[in-house]
Amino acid sequence: MRKFKKFLLLPIIFFLAFTLAACGNKKQNTYQKVKQDNTIVWGVRADTRLFGLMSIKTGRVEGFEIDLANAITKQMLGENGHAKLTKITANTRIPLLKNNNVDVLMATMTITPDRQKQVLFSKPYFKAGQGILVPDNSKIKTVQQLNNKTVLAVKGTTAVANVHKYAPKAKVLEYGDYGQAFSALKAGQGVAMTTDSGLLAGIASENPGYKLAGSNFTNEPYGIAVNKGQTQMVKHINKALDELKKNGTYNRLIRKWFKGVKGFNIKEVEE
Amino acid sequence: MWQILTGYWSEFITGFGNTILCSLIAMFFSLILGVFFALLEVAPPKIGRAIAHIYIEIFCNIPLLVITMIFYLIIPQFWVKVSGFTAGTIGLALYTSAFIAETVRSGINSVGDGQMEGALSNGMTYVQAMRYVILPQAIRIVIPPLGNQMITLIKNSSVLAFVAGFDLMYQGDIVAFSSFQTIETYVIVGVFYLGLTLPLSYYMRHLEKRLA
Repeated sequence: MRKFKKFLLLPIIFFLAFTLAACGNKKQNTYQKVKQDNTIVWGVRADTRLFGLMSIKTGRVEGFEIDLANAITKQMLGENGHAKLTKITANTRIPLLKNNNVDVLMATMTITPDRQKQVLFSKPYFKAGQGILVPDNSKIKTVQQLNNKTVLAVKGTTAVANVHKYAPKAKVLEYGDYGQAFSALKAGQGVAMTTDSGLLAGIASENPGYKLAGSNFTNEPYGIAVNKGQTQMVKHINKALDELKKNGTYNRLIRKWFKGVKGFNIKEVEE
Repeated sequence: MWQILTGYWSEFITGFGNTILCSLIAMFFSLILGVFFALLEVAPPKIGRAIAHIYIEIFCNIPLLVITMIFYLIIPQFWVKVSGFTAGTIGLALYTSAFIAETVRSGINSVGDGQMEGALSNGMTYVQAMRYVILPQAIRIVIPPLGNQMITLIKNSSVLAFVAGFDLMYQGDIVAFSSFQTIETYVIVGVFYLGLTLPLSYYMRHLEKRLA
């Protein structure tokens, strides 16, 4: 028993050492650090088609956000600037930013008041909004037509509350992730699936026979997030973003990724 | 915790009701199917034994979630629309029936061969021997494991959460994600499940004592 206790003690000490070490991170100026290292560490998604998806062919993450991250890095740090990509998920993104594992987050994150309490957002970089995905032969064009019908959504997203607001009589079924919700749509468990139109565009681009219906019915732009207090960093990100929009790089990237997706209104997101 | 419970009371109660309803329906059908296939497996005709064997092996060895997904996602594409609640309940009934069949079969087998031979040589038919001699003895043996199967069934009913069956777990997810009080919500969900399984477990223990 005594031996066993000693055995147990070691992992506990390690655990405490790590967790306590994490508490000790000192506040540093991200912009100074980035300038010094000539590297920006970006937290990006690797599981979202068109935005950031691990390509099986090349083994690298590819998407609109990845290209934009590279462009902003070059704009801020010059041609030699280096963008280091860290893969994050929706659940881990804010904690990873908080403990400085990443400098900046660009991860399909809608600017919301709740999140603004925790992080500092840049200007919007993508005019996202909620859309509706339907089979090609569907007659549904607006969110109001979803009343008295069954709509599919994903648990824990703002999409559910929005449907209740715009189509109060619609019945909403909620699933664990986008894949499950889309399978349910395929199986005819509901007439439409709803979430951010950018994500739906990714699904539609991969699955012929489905299209986006009408235009976005909410306005929920994505923002680039940095830690609270890093105002200098945000200022420079905003400046870089403005310059990219002015010189046409932004629109070129939008067209590169979103052109040709059925039902996706490219005019809606272009600057 | 109290605020979560009172604030989302109707969500919890809807989920609780659906879980009870689904469990009762699945219990009923899984008992009937289970006993049927158990009898088929011990019966003399070889073909019946083969059918029962295939059925039990299939449904014992496929995860419950897969069976449910087949009914929820695949059957509607080819045949008839199945709601999440129905798909979950069918999956639960089929899955549990395979285990019940195995339990009942082992109970029947544990009654000595001499009982059947004795009954038959006293002029009883096979059905009569089963009904009046073998099954009454087998029931005593299988009551405790059957009780466990029923408790497992109630816990397994949380599979409905994956197919939007509006059960306790599904409602728990919704409450957790909309209130952001994850720990409190799942503790409450756990207590609700205990409210179902604990009385059943005590009743089974009582029944066991009375029959033994």
